[in-house]
Amino acid sequence: MNPFDYARAADPAEAVRLAGARPNTKFLGGGTNLVDLMRETIETPDSLVDVTGLSRRIEVLADGGILIGAAARNTAVAADPAVRKRFPMLARAILAGASAQIRNMATVGGNIMQRTRCCYFYDDAARCNKRVPGAGCDAVGGFNRMHAILGASPACVATHPSDLCVALAALDAVVHVEGPTGGRTLRFIDFHRLPGDRPDIETALAADELITAVELPPLSAAARSTYRKVRDRSSYAFALVSVAAALDVAADGTVGTVRLALGGVAHKPWRAAKAEAALHGAPATEASFRAAAEAELMDAVGLPGNAFKIELAKRTIVATLAGLVRGERS
Amino acid sequence: MRFIINGQSVERALDARTSLLDLLRDHLHLTGTKKGCNQGACGACTVLVEGERINACLALAVQYQERPITTIEGLGEEVALHPLQRAFIEHDGFQCGYCTPGQICSAVGMMAEAGRGVPSAVTADLDGDSVDLTHDELRERMSGNLCRCGAHNGIIEAIQAAMAPAPAQAAPVKEDAR
Repeated sequence: MNPFDYARAADPAEAVRLAGARPNTKFLGGGTNLVDLMRETIETPDSLVDVTGLSRRIEVLADGGILIGAAARNTAVAADPAVRKRFPMLARAILAGASAQIRNMATVGGNIMQRTRCCYFYDDAARCNKRVPGAGCDAVGGFNRMHAILGASPACVATHPSDLCVALAALDAVVHVEGPTGGRTLRFIDFHRLPGDRPDIETALAADELITAVELPPLSAAARSTYRKVRDRSSYAFALVSVAAALDVAADGTVGTVRLALGGVAHKPWRAAKAEAALHGAPATEASFRAAAEAELMDAVGLPGNAFKIELAKRTIVATLAGLVRGERS
Repeated sequence: MRFIINGQSVERALDARTSLLDLLRDHLHLTGTKKGCNQGACGACTVLVEGERINACLALAVQYQERPITTIEGLGEEVALHPLQRAFIEHDGFQCGYCTPGQICSAVGMMAEAGRGVPSAVTADLDGDSVDLTHDELRERMSGNLCRCGAHNGIIEAIQAAMAPAPAQAAPVKEDAR
């Protein structure tokens, strides 16, 4: 690990000021990803600003939404009574990720900023456009079971590893950020980028901006929502495919509100807008769910190691929505 | 930097790169906490911070100043074993023993989480405020601790035994079993 300076910020303004005072500064949350990347010298910041002392409050808003401080620990969010009741898909997504130890350390802000787990990104003997722009990509012709089937580019087929973020994408979350000239908000679905020819640029956040909170707008349909994760072992593994879904079925048996997002399939948490559009007003049947899944995955491209994920994603969408219709908490 | 380890205050001048795990093992010679993968995958380095379990290998020590930290050395001693340590012996909760300190610290933290009503990925009802620690719940909640000897079944049995109401007379500890 390269040497670095360490400072602890008392509030967002101090954090931003400290970060602006030195180039090549990173904000430090629980460290579960950043410390690991620094140990591998994939990340080499000259200074760290510890932001774990910032707000970790989980607050129910007057409109029925929830505001979560960026320093809230994953465990605290998943255990929060209001999150569990109003947004069960978020609690389930967090609980499907990592281990209890890591969930106790990891912050919401850090989870959003985590880097891909592509093994070639971690291996500095391999070519990786995300690590060294223009170097090439060893994943395309290599071990790509865990890689993207949607929105990938010739430059990068890595996936975003978060479970929590898949729920945030489905729930139309809003990210609150603070920068040197003040605060702003971003729609969560615009926060992460597709790789294009610059996979090293992963988010819409400027280097001197800090995530301070995540806001969940009210969504009554989210009371019936869940998260289903398919993986190579039943616990403590990254997703092959995951589905965050909320579904409201009208009295006549048609789909009312539906929210759908996929994990493990793309460079960013993937909001399944095509499937949602196909479902609006359709009968809440497995045939409709299958047709919606087909629409979403129509443009999917498989690699030798991960083409199976296209059919797996379709089946997981159908099974998750059908489970919600039956009232299951998968 | 000042740390509170197993109730004792200690001061050390540390490089900011020092992990909590290396502080414990290399600087304080508390070698009960083990270094397995050193990347958060195996759980051998699990310790308790303010009663919550974390991976000491992914923790920079500088972030854990002035916070009560408990290691396996703080849970029990050879002459006064922690109930979980006794249960691990009685139920073959280990073979080589390398993962055992992390398993036991993790189990202590796990029981506290369940006591606070923290759900897991296999909890059926998220609206409930109490958790029934079934076999499936224990396996899921302990999945951050690997045992390469394959003693997981004994580990789950040991935790179940340690959670059970204490018998009127404690069974004698078998110290000659291995």
